[in-house]
Amino acid sequence: MIQTLLQQIINGLVVGSVYAVVALGYTMVYGILGLINFAHGDIVMVGALTALSSILFLQEAIPGLPPVIYFLFGLLVAIPVCMAVGYTMERAAYRRLRNAPRLAPLITAIGVSFLLQTLAMIIWGRSYHSYPQLISTAPLQIFTGVFVTPVQLLTIGLSAALMLALVVLVTRTKLGRAMRATAENHRIAGLMGVDTNRIIALTFIIGSGLAAVAGVMIASNYGVAHYSMGFTPGIKAFTAAVLGGIGNLAGAMVGGVVLGLIEAIGAGYIETWTGGWLNSSYQDIFAFIILGIVLIFRPTGLLGERVADRA
Amino acid sequence: MKAKLLVLALLGLGTSVVYAQEIVKIGHAGPLTGNIAHLGKDNENGARMAIEEENAKGVKIGGKAVKFELIGEDDQADPKTGTTVAQRLVDAGVKGVVGHLNSGTTIPASRIYDQAGIPMISPSATNPKLTLQGYQGVFRTIANDVQQGSVIGKFSATQLGKRVAIIDDRTAYGQGLADEVEKGVKAGGGSVIAREYTNNQATDFMAILTKIKATNPDVIVYSGMDAQGGPMLKQIKELGIGAKWITGDGGCTPELIKLAGDAISSRAYCTQAGLPLEQMADKTFKDRYQKRFGTEVQIYAPYSYDAAMAIMTAMQKADSVEPAKYLPVLKKIDFKGVTGTVAFDEKGDIKNGSVTVYEYRNGNWMPIKH
Repeated sequence: MIQTLLQQIINGLVVGSVYAVVALGYTMVYGILGLINFAHGDIVMVGALTALSSILFLQEAIPGLPPVIYFLFGLLVAIPVCMAVGYTMERAAYRRLRNAPRLAPLITAIGVSFLLQTLAMIIWGRSYHSYPQLISTAPLQIFTGVFVTPVQLLTIGLSAALMLALVVLVTRTKLGRAMRATAENHRIAGLMGVDTNRIIALTFIIGSGLAAVAGVMIASNYGVAHYSMGFTPGIKAFTAAVLGGIGNLAGAMVGGVVLGLIEAIGAGYIETWTGGWLNSSYQDIFAFIILGIVLIFRPTGLLGERVADRA
Repeated sequence: MKAKLLVLALLGLGTSVVYAQEIVKIGHAGPLTGNIAHLGKDNENGARMAIEEENAKGVKIGGKAVKFELIGEDDQADPKTGTTVAQRLVDAGVKGVVGHLNSGTTIPASRIYDQAGIPMISPSATNPKLTLQGYQGVFRTIANDVQQGSVIGKFSATQLGKRVAIIDDRTAYGQGLADEVEKGVKAGGGSVIAREYTNNQATDFMAILTKIKATNPDVIVYSGMDAQGGPMLKQIKELGIGAKWITGDGGCTPELIKLAGDAISSRAYCTQAGLPLEQMADKTFKDRYQKRFGTEVQIYAPYSYDAAMAIMTAMQKADSVEPAKYLPVLKKIDFKGVTGTVAFDEKGDIKNGSVTVYEYRNGNWMPIKH
């Protein structure tokens, strides 16, 4: 039975680390603008599909390279494309609404999400695309009966590295200081000589770059890509950001990993714990019950600061 | 230039007067966006092909030349949108409907067509409930889940192994089929050792598969669509589960093979209501479809083709496009379709709906005897 538990923890960590990377994008934008960018999940999709197209292109153009090269090429194309999409989104859809009532940018974000999905449907079609297996998914046995695949290890490793890099960026660099200042109060930051428009645009760009990586990892892990694939990770990552305390970077990471673990453990054990009264179709409800309980006792999330205004 | 345009305009006017045709609208509804948009488009293509072929023949009904026109709607595989588009089709004045694709959308939509007195034929909704509502104008050209589920259950228990785990996607289709599979397993002398659930948006099944692995099954039955089935097979392999795997018609597609990649092997099976494309009455359908649309048949296009044909044939036999006149003929219709003989029983289910079991072999689903 201990194998099953270990396996569930690994499952949870893989899913959770992806949630965490996507949640960072939500939480960064929320921290600075107080905007919930619902189109963020669709950037994940754009990343996965752009990488797919560029991998297929390179495989066609120069066949026979080692798989890792194709994989890196996909990533290197997807990241700037997503950054461009993120920048365009901020510039075209959100900047003009920055001083509008909060609902206006929120509705716009939902609109942008539909727009991205529809464009992707036009470009990549409606079918499911099978994603090339460039990183092996052959199971490695780490203990008896407990398996992990190289692509899963890469997902966890890459997520951790990205999170670390982001923390260093925000806490140790001049850009990070400007971001924190803009988050605190963008008008005063502007008076102090921070080009807030640039900082806000950069926030979107960084968040979208992270989403691109998450998209490639999700697609490589499950072997599928599709124009609506961003919806579920988007919603889950948003939940993770709220769970951890939206606006808080560490919170997004903790929230993502915790949510992934809750889901895996929930799906695995809810039936046993409730004596068959609830089953795995309540997997998501289980995650939201935990979210509800956390928010009752800590309304700003697990690591949210107790501040009156936005974080 | 102006004179030329005038001549063209007059010519246009002339032809429209000479060939005054009655336009008869036939509705199609299925998901054209979302997760299973590829299947929805496949269904629409099937109906479109039937209509184009009939139009090419030049049909006369009630002494007038008739042109059939397909009105396609997107129900997004969503029950609520399904009823909205059903109403839209009714308002557009369609004389018959081919659709919907999913049981979950077809059942609520059937009520709207029934109230408007418009006959509907679903090419792919297999939930038994559809034809048990007592509506007069509701038909399907595909065998229902009672037939398919019991075949899956019995085949699993008698040929693949006694310990069976069942996963369904909680849609009306998935749940309905899984319930019948469970009965079939028991009838075949096996036991259901786990029943797990996912949803039709999911790509991660590691948690439920890990749980199933602990129960040590011989067979895993997945009752859902290909978009989930492919990734599920991968994850079964990643977890080192050695059980055989079988799915219903929703997963019996070329798409599933593509999505599962190297994780699919000879221990994967699927069933499909009806006959394999190669064994269908009309062997040229596959090529005709490929030529017209430039893509392969996914699953239900032949059933959708036959559904549209049934409506148009009934109209011609009744010599009327009015539902009240042609519905009695449709109920008694009996013709050779692409999928075989199309005739409905008193509930509206296809008569002699056959179920075929397929095994994965060398990149294809190959029909096997069972």
